[in-house]
Amino acid sequence: MLLIILRRLGQSFFVLFLVALISFMMFRYVGNPVDNLLGQEATVEQREALIEALGLNDPLFIQYFDFVTRVLQFDFGNSYRGALPVADMILERLPATLELALVSALFAMFFGVVMGVFTAINRRGITGNFILSSSLIGVSLPTFLIGVLLIWLFSVELRWLPSFGRGEVVELGGWTTGFLTVSGLKSLILPGITLGLYQMTLIMRLTRAEMLEVLRQDYIKFARARGLSERAVYFGHALRNTLVPVITVAGLQLGSIVAFAIITETVFQWPGVGLMFINAVFFVDIPVMSAYLLLVGTLFVMINLIVDLLYLAIDPRIRDGQLKRQER
Amino acid sequence: MTDILLSVRNLRVVFPHRHGDLVPIDDISFDVKKGEIIGFVGESGAGKSMTGAAIMGLIDDPGMIESGEIWLGDVRIDQLDAKRLIKIRGKRISMIFQDPLTSLNPLKTIGDQLVETILTHLPVNADQAKRKALIGLEEVGIDPGRFNAYPHEFSGGMRQRVVIALALAAEPELIIADEPTTALDVSVQAQVLELLKKLCRERNASVMLITHDMGVIAETTDRVAVLYAGRLVEIGNTASLLSSPRHPYTRGLIASTPSVEHGDISTHLYQIDGSMPRLDALPTGCSFHPRCQDALPRCRLRQPEVINKSVACFLYE
Repeated sequence: MLLIILRRLGQSFFVLFLVALISFMMFRYVGNPVDNLLGQEATVEQREALIEALGLNDPLFIQYFDFVTRVLQFDFGNSYRGALPVADMILERLPATLELALVSALFAMFFGVVMGVFTAINRRGITGNFILSSSLIGVSLPTFLIGVLLIWLFSVELRWLPSFGRGEVVELGGWTTGFLTVSGLKSLILPGITLGLYQMTLIMRLTRAEMLEVLRQDYIKFARARGLSERAVYFGHALRNTLVPVITVAGLQLGSIVAFAIITETVFQWPGVGLMFINAVFFVDIPVMSAYLLLVGTLFVMINLIVDLLYLAIDPRIRDGQLKRQER
Repeated sequence: MTDILLSVRNLRVVFPHRHGDLVPIDDISFDVKKGEIIGFVGESGAGKSMTGAAIMGLIDDPGMIESGEIWLGDVRIDQLDAKRLIKIRGKRISMIFQDPLTSLNPLKTIGDQLVETILTHLPVNADQAKRKALIGLEEVGIDPGRFNAYPHEFSGGMRQRVVIALALAAEPELIIADEPTTALDVSVQAQVLELLKKLCRERNASVMLITHDMGVIAETTDRVAVLYAGRLVEIGNTASLLSSPRHPYTRGLIASTPSVEHGDISTHLYQIDGSMPRLDALPTGCSFHPRCQDALPRCRLRQPEVINKSVACFLYE
């Protein structure tokens, strides 16, 4: 058990070093950092001084080592545009993105599982089939279109919800939150749905498929033969077995929620890291881009790690290392 | 007060199908007496398991009982709604499945699964249920200290013991054991069967033992019913049926069972030619006639009825 956790941790660190390497290569080789920092008119002396200051004459692995050391101290350099420390920019904007991702993930998870279970149990019902077919819309419509449609309906036509921004936010020790004000909460609804809709339909379809599969298993038949109520069979026995694969996918989707947030944040002018990244791309602001890459990479690795640990908590067979070779 | 526990009358199960209905069980009647062990034998697809499922009300969609009656004591159980059926399943009739590896929920401890079953059926509180579960485990020969163990921590034979404990937890009057030992090692099979037999005798519970193993039938059962292509072909006391089988199919079945008694290991085994017809291609008349060496002209035209509640064959009319 402990061994599994340690091994997973080791793998995670390895992946993170690779991500750092790519991020470093981007910083070092996409464009010339000296040109980017000084502009075209700099003198040779100025250039030499900067090259020395940035350590660009050192051997590559030392440069990489320095880069990693700096990253570990949350020093991502300064933005080319505005010369602000990238770390501060990210810290300022991260709460917005994380709150949005959290709302979307909870929305997707809750409605996805509930509707998935519902459509699996009422496989032949009209409501179930209606939900199932309408979920195709969620899968096939692109995110930005959903966002624009929601804005049109709820902001332009009905005027119920704001169409952009975070609304009023409250500062809590460096963390800005929109959860504590009415306008902040209202602002979260549309982007939250936009960002989570695809994941919700995905989780719903997966839950349904897994649940139908589990319901065919012998232990469900045996549970019925023991006279357990339908409720106990569905929620006591089937649901937990259904959730193992669902949690994997949902967890991995959480990562892509943060990554997909770029589009949603652009549509809703949401002041998060995704919007920051898009702006950085327009101005070829390499430090911001490479820091964003590191951030998203770290997030994915952490989520993967948590998903693996959740497995251990849910499935006793993995805890004993029994399934690993056969099924995974 | 009769001594008949379960009575199945003219049971017919149908699966609607595009090209006409499939009939996995056709006009089967039999009684199960209190405390007896009755064997059901036949090839795969003969309708043995389906009979068990029909009694439990667990026929998979879209199958259904088209006609016939199933009586448990003086209650007719083939038409009960889900709510009342649940009171019978597990409480008065319970079932043991073939594969102990898959019939336990892998994510719940065996203790949880036992307690859950006991709480569902008996008027006890959680503590009493746990105490009863521990006794149940001890009875099937499992260390009660393993109450909190998960199914995958047991061997196949041990798991089947857990399954038996589960099936007996609510003290049912009838246990339908669907090939309970087929998935087990031969050496463990006898132990598990012996255990099942002993526990049921103690409780005066009846057992419907579904198997395709004639050896299991001979050692375990009081009476035996032979099924072929969804119909009952012969039924009778195990001893007399094995020593003097009447239906040509039963004779073939017994002749094709290997025997190692008295050091007599014959190298040549009898075979019944051909195979059992598929449900969508049943022959007219007696379904066994294409494989039967004693077939009469009328066997092709009409289905024989079960004569004297013992054999369905024109040879004995």
